[in-house]
Amino acid sequence: MAEREQIKKSAPQREESEVEGAPAVSGQGDELKAELDDLLDEIDEVLESNAEDFVKSYIQKGGQ
Amino acid sequence: MAVPKICGLETEFGIAHAGAEEANPITASSLLINSYLSEFCQTAEGGPAVGVSWDFEDEMPGNDIRGIAPPESLAPEIETHLVNAVLTNGARYYVDHAHPELSTPECSNALDATRFDKAAELILIRSMEAAAQVLPPGQELVVYKNNSDGKGNSYGCHENYLMDRSTPFSQIVLHGTAHLVTRQIFTGAGKVGSEAPGLTTAEVPFQITQRADFFEEEVGLETTLKRPIINTRDEPHADPRLYRRLHVIAGDANMSEVATFLKMGTTAIVLAMAEDGFLPREFRFRTPVQAMRQVSYDLSLALPLELDDGSTATALEIQWDLLDQARKYADSRGLDPVGAQVGELVIDRWEQVLAGLESDPMGLSRQLDWVAKYRLLQGMAQRHGLRHDDARLAALDLQYHDLRPARSVAARVGLESIISSDDARAAVSDPPRDTRAYFRGQCLKRWAPDIVAANWDSVVFDLGDEPLRRVPMMEPTKGTADHVGDLLASCQSASELLARLRDSSHR
Repeated sequence: MAEREQIKKSAPQREESEVEGAPAVSGQGDELKAELDDLLDEIDEVLESNAEDFVKSYIQKGGQ
Repeated sequence: MAVPKICGLETEFGIAHAGAEEANPITASSLLINSYLSEFCQTAEGGPAVGVSWDFEDEMPGNDIRGIAPPESLAPEIETHLVNAVLTNGARYYVDHAHPELSTPECSNALDATRFDKAAELILIRSMEAAAQVLPPGQELVVYKNNSDGKGNSYGCHENYLMDRSTPFSQIVLHGTAHLVTRQIFTGAGKVGSEAPGLTTAEVPFQITQRADFFEEEVGLETTLKRPIINTRDEPHADPRLYRRLHVIAGDANMSEVATFLKMGTTAIVLAMAEDGFLPREFRFRTPVQAMRQVSYDLSLALPLELDDGSTATALEIQWDLLDQARKYADSRGLDPVGAQVGELVIDRWEQVLAGLESDPMGLSRQLDWVAKYRLLQGMAQRHGLRHDDARLAALDLQYHDLRPARSVAARVGLESIISSDDARAAVSDPPRDTRAYFRGQCLKRWAPDIVAANWDSVVFDLGDEPLRRVPMMEPTKGTADHVGDLLASCQSASELLARLRDSSHR
């Protein structure tokens, strides 16, 4: 943590989440959680059905 | 005074041919674009100027700002045989490196660049729909606005900014690098895993940008391998005695309009300040390439980056410093070079986003792509108890960028819109009014049959009974509605226009 001490100048007051260094999901309030749940429901419906095949077959030629 | 920061975006899209046994990306890209051109030729709506192809006369992508290109550098090849069209909104729509690519017209400010980037999405969506009409049942072309396939292959979203030729290139390298490395905290589109050699998804489950993994040099000419943070292509598409064009290849393609707006707006302001010698503080990274990846991998936004002078600074601290300077610059010099009012909007938004990143990054899930994507991935992983290398997370990452309205994840996450749908639709067919793209677009709208080719700095007419006539447009700030609107309106034909132009040049 010594390195972290150097940059206190504008480092935010933030609670560490479980994964060190990763930001916590904002607003674990019920309302926001419900909203994220609804969103995940909606997205579940449009996601490619076979994730593994989809990811494997998405191959692009390199470009710029 | 800095020169006007005329700017534009060129985006290479990912493409998949769904339902096809054997897919060829060049064929698919050609089919996609040709379908659009023929569909909208028939309806004359959104009018691409069919039959008007790109003029390669002035293309010199191998020219290097540093003079003679080092022998080991590879100049990009120009593929002149593939579909390559000019649209009535002043854009270029073509096949490049096995990808469909769309370059927006020249814009005078970041808001317009965002508007034409949105119009580009609409054009790609219409292209997919048009292609579906000619493909066998069960097949479709799917376009992704991202920059990586997750397997080590990357394709770019490049930005261009008009620069004063007299600005020392070393100043552009210095301040450009400081900004391009640190702006990633709001320009990143987010990515599951890492494609840098030797790094696994376990080490980097998620990173802020799509592109940082692919940068290996600080300064150079390449765009497809050994990519440099600062690209030295010296092809101004304008009077080379006055201007250069900074070709920025280090950014991500954004689904978020706010992110595109900030990407273009903050970069234009930083470049204007560099041009005016307004940046007193020099942030020189000890290892810029490493710093680029460090910023992308550090979701805490707190990692100190090592500077040449032995001190350290975080990406946020450097961004705060650049923003402070931008405010002083606005107060003392004004923001005319970046579009005065738009410049103020950029600065206000820049401050909001930096404050948000500092206090509660996840609160920016409606403004920043990487935050929106990360929040979804976290939610999905928790809901289904997924490990970080589960294919469903990688699939969600890819599908975030799917441009099909019925499938797009980005379209569902509630991203804040700053461009009205009417404005975006208008930009599919109408050029910007305040750059030379106006002249190009209006000529194509009215006289496409008389035009054989066009490019950034000229339009070539063929009136049949006389030699081809090239109308040069070496000044990007001329050919605007103010400049040529009356002239164009008063001409009934292309030959009348050419006669009037000839008369005025002889006067």
